[in-house]
Amino acid sequence: MRYLPLTQPDREAMLAVIGASTIDDLFVDVPEAARLDGPIRELPMHASEMAVERHMSALAKKNLTAGEAPFFLGCGAYKHHVPASVDHLIQRGEFLTAYTPYQPEIAQGTLQMLFEFQTQVARLLGTDVANASMYDGSTACWEAIVMARRITKRGRAILSSGLHPHYVSVANTMAKFTGDVLDTAAPELVADMDLDQLIGKIDDETSCVVVQYPDILGRIADLRPLADACHAKKALLIAVVTEPVALGAITSPGEMDADIVVGEGQSLGVGLQFGGPYVGLFGCKDKYVRQMPGRLCGETVDANGRRGFVLTLSTREQHIRREKATSNICTNSGLCALAFSIHMTLLGEAGLRQLAEVNHAGAVSAAERLSQIPGVELVNDSFFNEFTLKLPVEARPVVRTLADRGILAGVSLGRLYPGQDALANGLVVAVTETTTAEDVETLASELQEILA
Amino acid sequence: MSINQSGWRPTSPEANTGNVPASVTGNKALMLEEALIFEIGDAHSTGVDFAAPSPPRGEGRGEGKPSNAAPGTAPHPTLSPKGRGLSRLGNLSRTAPIGLPGLSEPETVRHYTRLSRQNYGIDLGFFPLGSCTMKHNPRLNEKMARLPGFSDVHPLQPVDTVQGALEVIHQLAHWLVTLTGMTSVAMSPKAGAHGELCGILAIRAALEAKGEGARKIILVPESAHGTNPATAAFAGYSVEDIPATAEGRVDTAALKARLGPDVAGVMITNPNTCGLFERDMREISDAVHAAGGFVYCDGANFNAIVGRVRPGDLGIDAMHINLHKTFSTPHGGGGPGSGPVVFSEALTPYAPLPFVENQDGQFVLVEEETAGEHHAGSFGRMVAFHGQMGMFTRALTYILSHGADGLRQVSEDAVLNANYILRSLDDTLDAPFGPSGPCMHEALFSDSGLAAGFSTIDIAKGLIDEGFHPMTMYFPLVVHGAMLVEPTETESKAALDQFIAALRSVAERAKAGDPSLKTAPHFAPRARLDETLAARKPVLVWKDPAPLAQAAE
Repeated sequence: MRYLPLTQPDREAMLAVIGASTIDDLFVDVPEAARLDGPIRELPMHASEMAVERHMSALAKKNLTAGEAPFFLGCGAYKHHVPASVDHLIQRGEFLTAYTPYQPEIAQGTLQMLFEFQTQVARLLGTDVANASMYDGSTACWEAIVMARRITKRGRAILSSGLHPHYVSVANTMAKFTGDVLDTAAPELVADMDLDQLIGKIDDETSCVVVQYPDILGRIADLRPLADACHAKKALLIAVVTEPVALGAITSPGEMDADIVVGEGQSLGVGLQFGGPYVGLFGCKDKYVRQMPGRLCGETVDANGRRGFVLTLSTREQHIRREKATSNICTNSGLCALAFSIHMTLLGEAGLRQLAEVNHAGAVSAAERLSQIPGVELVNDSFFNEFTLKLPVEARPVVRTLADRGILAGVSLGRLYPGQDALANGLVVAVTETTTAEDVETLASELQEILA
Repeated sequence: MSINQSGWRPTSPEANTGNVPASVTGNKALMLEEALIFEIGDAHSTGVDFAAPSPPRGEGRGEGKPSNAAPGTAPHPTLSPKGRGLSRLGNLSRTAPIGLPGLSEPETVRHYTRLSRQNYGIDLGFFPLGSCTMKHNPRLNEKMARLPGFSDVHPLQPVDTVQGALEVIHQLAHWLVTLTGMTSVAMSPKAGAHGELCGILAIRAALEAKGEGARKIILVPESAHGTNPATAAFAGYSVEDIPATAEGRVDTAALKARLGPDVAGVMITNPNTCGLFERDMREISDAVHAAGGFVYCDGANFNAIVGRVRPGDLGIDAMHINLHKTFSTPHGGGGPGSGPVVFSEALTPYAPLPFVENQDGQFVLVEEETAGEHHAGSFGRMVAFHGQMGMFTRALTYILSHGADGLRQVSEDAVLNANYILRSLDDTLDAPFGPSGPCMHEALFSDSGLAAGFSTIDIAKGLIDEGFHPMTMYFPLVVHGAMLVEPTETESKAALDQFIAALRSVAERAKAGDPSLKTAPHFAPRARLDETLAARKPVLVWKDPAPLAQAAE
């Protein structure tokens, strides 16, 4: 077998050193009834590299890829161009095949990268600090709610109707078991975010308000009045960013006084990958850092006074605190964080702002074109690179029909909110730098034809 | 006369006779120091070029039709004068700088290449980090995961357009269920600890469905990974320790004595963190079930038994599988992981959403909408979308490469390698459970017998100078100064022999009290780092140095 270096003579020599006559002697502690006498019969035997490649390639070909079609899906995962050097660099064996930097003297590469990542993320989100990443945006969002409970010692969280429904679903699942009380609602197809309703619900028992920015329908609004209303009741404002590229064009939640800002970093460096692995972003104000979940990298010096980096504040974490830890999270999303960080370094301030500008310009242009189709209304007043259309008919069958015609038209709200009739005609359309004018025109003309 | 007039001629090296001055740059030939991006980049540099966006066909560039945008905003977006086209951002257009440094592409490639060279990885050498299963990561897995059919697919595409992706999940699920002898598998958990949470929530859901939600205790052995008690606590349970026997296994009698109507279940790692198989696992499972509880098995160490033992035959109800351990998806400097959880028949109805079903040859994604009545007991969703697809493609590629026969050989060689290390070093280092019999996939030593003032960390740092990544230190907690060595099956005998010689040498130095070991590593990019300082005055983000005038105030 190509991945196993031991030869049969090696195995025999090693058994002799051990003092065992056969390999079975090493498994004596397994009860006899549980020992398998040979390879599991109903499973196939080993295969050559070529045979496996053929098998996997055949499966891959059964999917319609984003690159093959005019593509407009977003809602928490976005198609962006990832520069070739990102994937090259993350495949360097010293990054790819390293582990958590438990031995900092020989892990400065990962540690310095994490320190840079934390700084990039904090600056992007507008927070004082950020951690070394979480699993993804949805789990980061729930961890933020739990963190707010720890800080405020209150268990009632208000979730905006504009929060991604999968994020709401994750929070609902967890809250069932933790006893947190969540106030949730489905969004309405109106131009404005639900900030006024949220402000009206905050009271002395509120731990936090969770608001997505831009929200699930692509809407944006000034979060400052909401932050003020939260703080007036000593509650925290948690902002969720599922499209970090937006923050190249608009004011960040941290700059609008959000206390905790979490996000999905997939847009930068990571790619679509059918939903994972992605990279959760997690930033907060300095005063809450000891309540944060997840790994943190910090600067220090070595015995010779040279700058270096280590994992730090680990007294928050499970391997030290066990059942008293701030979270059970162990691993982060290191390699995706690296991809994010490299892509961000390639962009820099100038590149990110230009990228954001291109995205927004394309989206504005597409929104105008699509809303000219008879019967199609643009729901949003404001948006970044994603907006919601209200079709004259249910959007979900339209999306399916367009897929049959080789167009991936967007995310129907019927898919995200099954059974919610008021949302059934909604179609969320994302436009990025990868979307061409021809793509928009193809979508527009096909959509118009279907709706005619 | 010389060959030419430049003075060149073949040289012979001269022996070094004196002190060598430090280099001006701080570099040491191939070992290059690298500054932070905040020190070398700036706000204007970028490594990415953009083409200007083209407006839809039929519209003149830069002079689009009047829009229905709010009054006072520009009619049509173009890239021309900065910001003028941004017509739909409300009043939220960014005005302040973000503070993100950029580098050109060559500088970026060099920055990260230099950083990478300060890291140790499996590609470079032996990485026997116990309980982490640092095995070779085949590059075929990487290549397959990058096929556009997997990497460039959106999770919310119509399911008709992603049948191949769903089939990957379905095929991998079949392998995991069959290899473990269980009934079903939840694929979505994002890592091992997330899988633990998945298993414990399923247990809680099952108990609540039976009207036994009053069971509030989870029993966890002292030797467990820290994630076990943290997970149980996160899921709302109180944690009680189960003591270990002198030979390093769960004290079955003590465990049985503690079972009762308040116990929801147990979390047991098998093979355990002392590297031993829990012989009484079946008996423990039966006793827990008889008392109305459930058995969670931490599958972090599945690599030791894959293909030889099915955990389902031991009576467990749930177990997570770290795809990044047993199934060789790369550890990536700390993730991403992937932690599918296999379930017994009793827990299957409570498994989380989503999952993939094959309905008459069509692969269907069962989500909130389609869970319907036959999945009404599901405890809900744990993640956005469908789990770590990129890890699924890698793991399936690895599994198909090995096949049922190869995976069996994997566990045999992993266990053989560990026992070889154990028996080659137990004359030098204290092996507290050596007399218990063979170990499984990892060999455990203690710091007993080292000179006064010397501890496990000194041995670890000495190994760094010898060119190895150290073993896991000070874990499990039940052994003083624990050193947990997990070689995995992808090491050759020659690599093991070199490691054994190095560890023996370092251990002898620690036993003799060699002071140079206290300051090791000497040859690494950094000497020992001040962790106390890092925690006392946390510096978690880069702060631009204050301008001189300000600094003087």
